[in-house]
Amino acid sequence: MSTVREPATDETLEQDVPDGRWARLLRGNTLWTFLVLVVLAIGFSVAAPLAFATPFNVRNILADSSILLVLAIGMTYVIVSAGIDLSVGSVLVFSGVIAANVMVSMGGVTAGWGGIALGTLAGLAAGFAWGVLNGVLVTKARVPPLIATLGTLGMALGLAQVITGGSDVSRVPSRLSNLIGYGLALGQVPWLAIVAALITVVFALILAFTRFGRHTYATGSNAEAARRVGIAVDRHLIKVYALSGTLAGAAGVLSLARFSTTTIAGHAFDNLSAIAGVVIGGASLFGGVGTIAGTVIGVLIPGVLRNGLIILGAQRFWLDVAVGAVLVLAVMFDQVRRRARERE
Amino acid sequence: MEPLLEARGIVKRYGHVYALREAAFSAYPGEVVALVGDNGAGKSTLVKTLSGALTPDAGEIRLEGTPLRLTGPLDAQRHGIETVYQDLALAPDLDAAANLYLGRELPRSGPLGMLGVLDRNEMRRRAVDTFGDLGIRLPDVAAPVRRLSGGQRQCVAVARAVVWASKVVFMDEPTAALGVVQRRQVLDLIRRVRDGGVTVVLISHNMPEVLAVADRVEVLRLGRRVARFTAADTSVEELVAAMTGGIEQEDAA
Repeated sequence: MSTVREPATDETLEQDVPDGRWARLLRGNTLWTFLVLVVLAIGFSVAAPLAFATPFNVRNILADSSILLVLAIGMTYVIVSAGIDLSVGSVLVFSGVIAANVMVSMGGVTAGWGGIALGTLAGLAAGFAWGVLNGVLVTKARVPPLIATLGTLGMALGLAQVITGGSDVSRVPSRLSNLIGYGLALGQVPWLAIVAALITVVFALILAFTRFGRHTYATGSNAEAARRVGIAVDRHLIKVYALSGTLAGAAGVLSLARFSTTTIAGHAFDNLSAIAGVVIGGASLFGGVGTIAGTVIGVLIPGVLRNGLIILGAQRFWLDVAVGAVLVLAVMFDQVRRRARERE
Repeated sequence: MEPLLEARGIVKRYGHVYALREAAFSAYPGEVVALVGDNGAGKSTLVKTLSGALTPDAGEIRLEGTPLRLTGPLDAQRHGIETVYQDLALAPDLDAAANLYLGRELPRSGPLGMLGVLDRNEMRRRAVDTFGDLGIRLPDVAAPVRRLSGGQRQCVAVARAVVWASKVVFMDEPTAALGVVQRRQVLDLIRRVRDGGVTVVLISHNMPEVLAVADRVEVLRLGRRVARFTAADTSVEELVAAMTGGIEQEDAA
């Protein structure tokens, strides 16, 4: 390494302390979406004080959002890398079916922790395999991510139905559903939410602080630039899709725990919900931008909105209208602020 | 003086079309040498050959007198040869420090580093030092490069090449898309890089600019070197004449 030695002037040193951490936070997206979440929570608490802001209901929201959050974590990586993964819901179902079948063969409802662990591993492996297939299709076969994962969406769901003959596998070990599905840690926090939180924290740290995360942003921001500096872009993208698939596998096992069955027909829109969460959280579909913190908030906003509206007695069908409107508003607001920033 | 980087008899053919016909090139230690020529003269092909992006069909490249076979741009980088691309090749969503260390990130020491955790503070500190040393002024090193002006972005791209280049930096039209002030920024930067001991090979269409910043000029025409000048002893007219076939030096090829 060689640099030119010359005395630095005062002006050049100023770049060290620009306008501070707070200014950057205000410019960023996460703070604003967090405020929206807080305002929603306060609004519902005021409107329905006895029903909304109760430990029981907060547990409900957390448990309801946990599985979607795990999908959205993987989706954040994919979207930051300038891709998309439509297959997550189907991969969740497929992995759940594989995991359930393994657990059934290990004793079904009465299976022990060994069988549950083996089933979980099988589910994760199934998700990983679909993810690798997605990654290889996108990078080596040069199929656009939207199409590649639309294809695996159909294949994973179809194969899940072929394996099960179209009917759900429901002899899920009761140990799994009692602990992870309904269990509360310290009698207060759903285990489901704790598992989701652990996954979230680990992958938030990886995305923000490691070389893997940095290369994910670089690939999504300018793949050609990444390639020129020697980043193995194709291999990196395969890893990113593999991560998304593996987390969909984990979500499949969590779903087994929560519903005690494979819920084959219940995940058709999980992909869009996950994408919506990531985008509300401030990620750009063009890649290079997005954080896990944003995604957590982006998943919780529709979750809180649905829950609050139900408590206020809104007709069920209005929920989808509200969540759809929030998605569009979030992106519009972000665009306006982005343009204002460019004009600065 | 012995050339730092020397190419002889370089041939590059695309089907029946010869992009380079036994082209020659030399760059000496610590100079700015401009490579000029009309469109299609083979400048870009020659630079790609010298920076490892293309493999020549024939010819020899020597670095400090030793024959060099480059297998790719990364191989060239290992030999201390860097290229600033015309289209910048920065990641616009990452900040200047991240771009400077893109692909060569510094890990933290200890077990965290082994887990792939980056030393962001150290990279930022060193980046600030580098920009300071090079006289590059950025409003905010922590801002995404997207928010910088074209000239500032070009400076970041140049800085990245310079930090890692120990011998030669190729710059392909580094001022092409810039305004007057930004252009001057980049030209000042090129001089600073040279003063730091790194040889700069400048490819440019702008003859006054070439004469302002280069120490020597080499002229390509139809895939061959046709003339060499010392910048102080030549003129725009003479360069244009050489580029268009009016002048040909016997000993240049």
